[in-house]
Amino acid sequence: MSGDMWLRTILWLVGLLLLIAVVTVMGVWWERKFIGHLQRRRGPLHNGFHGLLQLPADMVKMISKEDIVPSGADPWLFQLGPILAVMPAIAAMSALVFWPGFGLLDINHGLFYIFAFQTLIPLAFAVIGWSCASKFTLMGGLRAAAQLISYEIPMLLAALGVVMAAGSMRFSTIIAAQSDVWYIVKQPVGFVVFLIAILAEMNRTPFDLPDAESELVAGFQTELSGMKFGFVQLAEYAALFVGSYLVAALFLGGWTMGFLGASPVWLLLKMVLVMSLTMWFRGTFPRLRIDSMMAMSWKWLIPIALVNIMAVTALALWLPGIY
Amino acid sequence: MVNFARDGVQGATETMLLNIGPQHPSTHGVLHIMTEVAGETIVNAKPVIGYLHRGIEKLAEHRTWQQDIVLTDRLDYVAQFSNEWAYCRAVEKLAGVIVPERAEYLRTLMAELNRITSHLIWYAGVTMDIGTLGTPFIYAWVAREKIFDFFENVTGARMMPNWMRIGGVRTDIDAALLSDMRAFLETDFPKECDVYEALLTGNEIVVSRMKGVGVFSVEQLVEWGVTGPALRASGSTIDLRRDAPYGAYAKLDFEVCTDEVGDSLARARVRLREIRESAKMCIQIIDLLPEGDIQTKTPRALKPPEGDVCVRTESPRGELGILVASDGTTKPLRFRVRSPIFYNLSAMPHMLPGHLLADMLVIFGGIDTSMGEIDR
Repeated sequence: MSGDMWLRTILWLVGLLLLIAVVTVMGVWWERKFIGHLQRRRGPLHNGFHGLLQLPADMVKMISKEDIVPSGADPWLFQLGPILAVMPAIAAMSALVFWPGFGLLDINHGLFYIFAFQTLIPLAFAVIGWSCASKFTLMGGLRAAAQLISYEIPMLLAALGVVMAAGSMRFSTIIAAQSDVWYIVKQPVGFVVFLIAILAEMNRTPFDLPDAESELVAGFQTELSGMKFGFVQLAEYAALFVGSYLVAALFLGGWTMGFLGASPVWLLLKMVLVMSLTMWFRGTFPRLRIDSMMAMSWKWLIPIALVNIMAVTALALWLPGIY
Repeated sequence: MVNFARDGVQGATETMLLNIGPQHPSTHGVLHIMTEVAGETIVNAKPVIGYLHRGIEKLAEHRTWQQDIVLTDRLDYVAQFSNEWAYCRAVEKLAGVIVPERAEYLRTLMAELNRITSHLIWYAGVTMDIGTLGTPFIYAWVAREKIFDFFENVTGARMMPNWMRIGGVRTDIDAALLSDMRAFLETDFPKECDVYEALLTGNEIVVSRMKGVGVFSVEQLVEWGVTGPALRASGSTIDLRRDAPYGAYAKLDFEVCTDEVGDSLARARVRLREIRESAKMCIQIIDLLPEGDIQTKTPRALKPPEGDVCVRTESPRGELGILVASDGTTKPLRFRVRSPIFYNLSAMPHMLPGHLLADMLVIFGGIDTSMGEIDR
């Protein structure tokens, strides 16, 4: 690589690290505000303008907290687990493309790359759950692993429909293919399957079984304290960011907005919309039971996603101009 | 605690002891349940109680009859009026004190309002247990706060009223407050109830979590000693307010809410309907409220004749029995509480095995515990 490339890569990585921090802070703030208003209250209010400084305060608290290692914990894995959770989150973010040419890696297999790294996050959760030497974390970690395997498949299958239609895994190509009609219109079934599956992949309600508070205290993160907990939060919000990017890019047309023209602002707005949707779910829905969660994936989502692929194929052959 | 090839548990080779509580987000106080789990399936469950023991029954023997009313508030701290009322009725029966009619109505009114707040706490707890982030919880809190404002206006306290007296009640409720209550119960509250029902029995995921979970027959429940809404949800129509009326219940027109199915969803439905029914009863009481005294004068050094008396009442959680025994002095010889929740909780080892951990919370929510009364 030339010197320019190195500089560009380093700048991007620093930018992405900043982005992940900002996304976490703003994501938590927005979530607390949004759910607060759903619940007839106002959310954080006292620190800064409408509680904007609450999250920096929380971060300072988190950094300055004592790092407690439970007795009996696996010393290496316990230290490594939260880092293992954050690394793939950052790696996945590096393939996001916000505008043609504006992204660290606008590679041919962007979608594949993101899926590969997103998959590693729940694996890190399983590692954390195992390493804490606590029964609650162990069950949370195992639930995370089970959920990951079950929902990876429908998510990939639903995304495959889009990939087949666009003929590429490169985000700029997929989005460019939606400049006329978004894939949510062409593949509504795929969209629903993808949304449900990605909710499960992001551990969001109603699939927050790995950290089911009322059952498993805090699931795999029960024993985490201080910045270890902070790292897991970072990873979860980065996953939320990436997940909402995927929904916006694959099905909602990315930066295109019909006759209103194309702009990165549209992309960000759509991502905020998808994030708010997950927060709305979180404020409204209870949690699924573990067996119905598994049944939903294997008995419903996977067959539906397979039928969706076949339908997309058939339509593409039958109506080549439109699909 | 390793057991190989356990019968009846599919695919299980080893079981694990999982201590749920006493510090756990969904034990509603300091309950400790020792569960033996095979994977996520419960094989054995054993409630461990006593973390909130304050010795109330013993304390009561060292205080005068009137002073014990304070202690009864602290039994089931979400249904305070029911406890006070049961105790006062027991002492009145023992000492032969006649309660003025207006006081009986006022007691009934407050006890029914209290039933609403108590069921709202159950609602808040059970919705949290099945995994909502507290939206229904806070919705329930809004109405509960409003009713607590009424409590505060009437008794001066929100949680620990110490309002009933042997022979009547401490303060009267004026007409303005009564019309406030009536307006709230008639217009705002039914709308709130619609929201509660939409968020619980109207939600697909909640129904899938509760339907068919923990089905118990009346015979089973009677054998375990379960009373109250949990029993009525299985088809029993036992309700002491109608079967052995006290207070003003004989003059009220109300329906005993029952359900035939006997699963967790039925228990939820019964409680939600009881909330509406209690609101209707309160409105009736406000309309029927007679004028008159609110308290019969009783001697400060009350000395009931020797003997003992047991009184049964329908508390929000079931059949609350109070036994008081007197040796003719100013202090009770014995004060004993038949706590409905203690018996309901004792059925847990029978109810839980075979269910998933997630179902445990749903079944547990169906009996609506309050540790203050169990541990006393």
